[in-house]
Amino acid sequence: MKRYLLKRLAGMIPLLFGITIISFGIMHVAPGEPVVVGQEFNPKVSAEDINRLRAYYGLDKPLYEQYWNWLQRLAVLDFGESFAADHRPVLDKVVERLPITIWINVLAMAFIFAIAIPIGVLSAVRRDSWFDRGMTVFVFIGFAIPSFWLGLLLMMAFGVQLSWLPISGIHDYDWKQMGFWRQQWDLAQHLMLPVFVSAIGGLAGMSRFMRSGMLEVIRSDYITTARAMGLPEGTIRYRHALKNALLPIITLLGLSVPGLIGGSVIVEQLFSIPGMGLLFYGAVLARDYPLVMGITVIGAVLTLLGNLLADIAYAWADPRIRHGGKS
Amino acid sequence: MLAGACIVATVAVLAVLAPWIAPFDPNEINVRWILLSPSAEHWCGTDTLGRDVFSRMLYGARVSLAVGFVAVGIAIAIGVMLGATAGYAGGRLDAMIMRVTDMVLCFPTFFLILAVIAFLEPSIWNIMIVIGLTSWMGVARLVRAELLSLRHREFVLAAESLGVPALRMVWRYLLPNAMGPILVSAVLGIAGAVLIESGLSFLGLGVQPPDASWGNILTEGKDNIQIAWWLSFYPGLAILITVLGYNLLGEGLRDALDPRLRDTH
Repeated sequence: MKRYLLKRLAGMIPLLFGITIISFGIMHVAPGEPVVVGQEFNPKVSAEDINRLRAYYGLDKPLYEQYWNWLQRLAVLDFGESFAADHRPVLDKVVERLPITIWINVLAMAFIFAIAIPIGVLSAVRRDSWFDRGMTVFVFIGFAIPSFWLGLLLMMAFGVQLSWLPISGIHDYDWKQMGFWRQQWDLAQHLMLPVFVSAIGGLAGMSRFMRSGMLEVIRSDYITTARAMGLPEGTIRYRHALKNALLPIITLLGLSVPGLIGGSVIVEQLFSIPGMGLLFYGAVLARDYPLVMGITVIGAVLTLLGNLLADIAYAWADPRIRHGGKS
Repeated sequence: MLAGACIVATVAVLAVLAPWIAPFDPNEINVRWILLSPSAEHWCGTDTLGRDVFSRMLYGARVSLAVGFVAVGIAIAIGVMLGATAGYAGGRLDAMIMRVTDMVLCFPTFFLILAVIAFLEPSIWNIMIVIGLTSWMGVARLVRAELLSLRHREFVLAAESLGVPALRMVWRYLLPNAMGPILVSAVLGIAGAVLIESGLSFLGLGVQPPDASWGNILTEGKDNIQIAWWLSFYPGLAILITVLGYNLLGEGLRDALDPRLRDTH
């Protein structure tokens, strides 16, 4: 296990470099000096800002030197300062916004697991039943539905028509006066719709994946053997088949991280949730380049970490990976 | 698959014929018609400037499909080029190309697109290019895998021993054998591109007003969510149906082209 872990960690290093190179490339897609382009008339950026940025990126130096300098700063988590009036370091701004985004995504993932696994298993076990057919329709709609539209419809139904749930922000205006439990309930109410909207795409994908995984396992030789030995069908399905069908789900968990993080921009904008996605959106609109670059790099690193966690979980669950050496 | 094809064809015809079938000029502002709810005259109501939503949606279909097709065209071109090079050349070049693919895959796609948009002006052309540039990875992997599996088949060895040059080899003999999966991922890719475009336009970073797009009509819908449900409802439904159509068509093609998969669905 230790060896596997070390190997995985070593494999991450070139990817980290790649992330920084691509991010650096994005900064230079715009013709001319990235700092100055389109900023002449931007009232939010003063001449002082531009000079500070020039110094930060060393724009008078050759490209490879610029990259190297930038990399050195990244290594000590120095992402520069925001263009916004407060001129705060990018890292501080991101760190204070990150927890709520991670929370929503973790909750969305938990929700996906709790719902998609039973759906997938039941669909596979009762293949071609009305339940299976209904779920297939649901899966196709789940794939095709634009999350922001679903969000709007839910806001209209539960927020505007029924007035059951709040439709923006994460706290009520009188949050500070509430007791502890009341505060938690308030937060939960605010997060319900965003978490559901974040989860819908993954929910469809995961249940589909679970279904085909389960179908495949049920057809394998050891299940036939178990049947031939006369084990009850329930034991076969839920003790022997389910365990193996669950394994690939862990990989999917890692693969769904970038989608969830990327989707947080739309969900947070829609529900006015002060997370990293909304911060990023604001930065893009304001052309706050240091913030845009910082969040792009951090988003990619988070994805990488998500993949790593999934791989570790997979190795922990499946001895073939741990000992086999082949990935 | 048949249903998918029907939806795809209908939306395409509506988009192409938009100038002839739209009951109103999509950009004509009329102060007497502000926020009318759906009626016999205005099937999908009117927006905050009194423009006919149904006409705007017809023109929006053109935008969405144009973005979908061009973006996927770019993605397929890049993906096929890189994937074919990696799969046919093998060795170090293969390892390098696949490493780069892994790196790009580390970025949440939507973040990557937004980051690029931040440095460019949001316009329909830039969006096509950016979506294309950020969605070639799947195709590259797929083409590489197909070529790797074809690489040592007899007909390839035969052609090789006859001295067929590499480029001709890939173009004439290998890629045609990989057409099926490429086509499937192109069709599914259009669905994805339509979703991304509408998302970007919804955020105000895609197609810019006054040009109509399903996404930017929805932005108005969000701003008027308390009073005008039709502004949100119809454009979203159009996106849902279009994306559903392309997905159904794609899945259907996959099953038709690869009978091995049928059993797992």
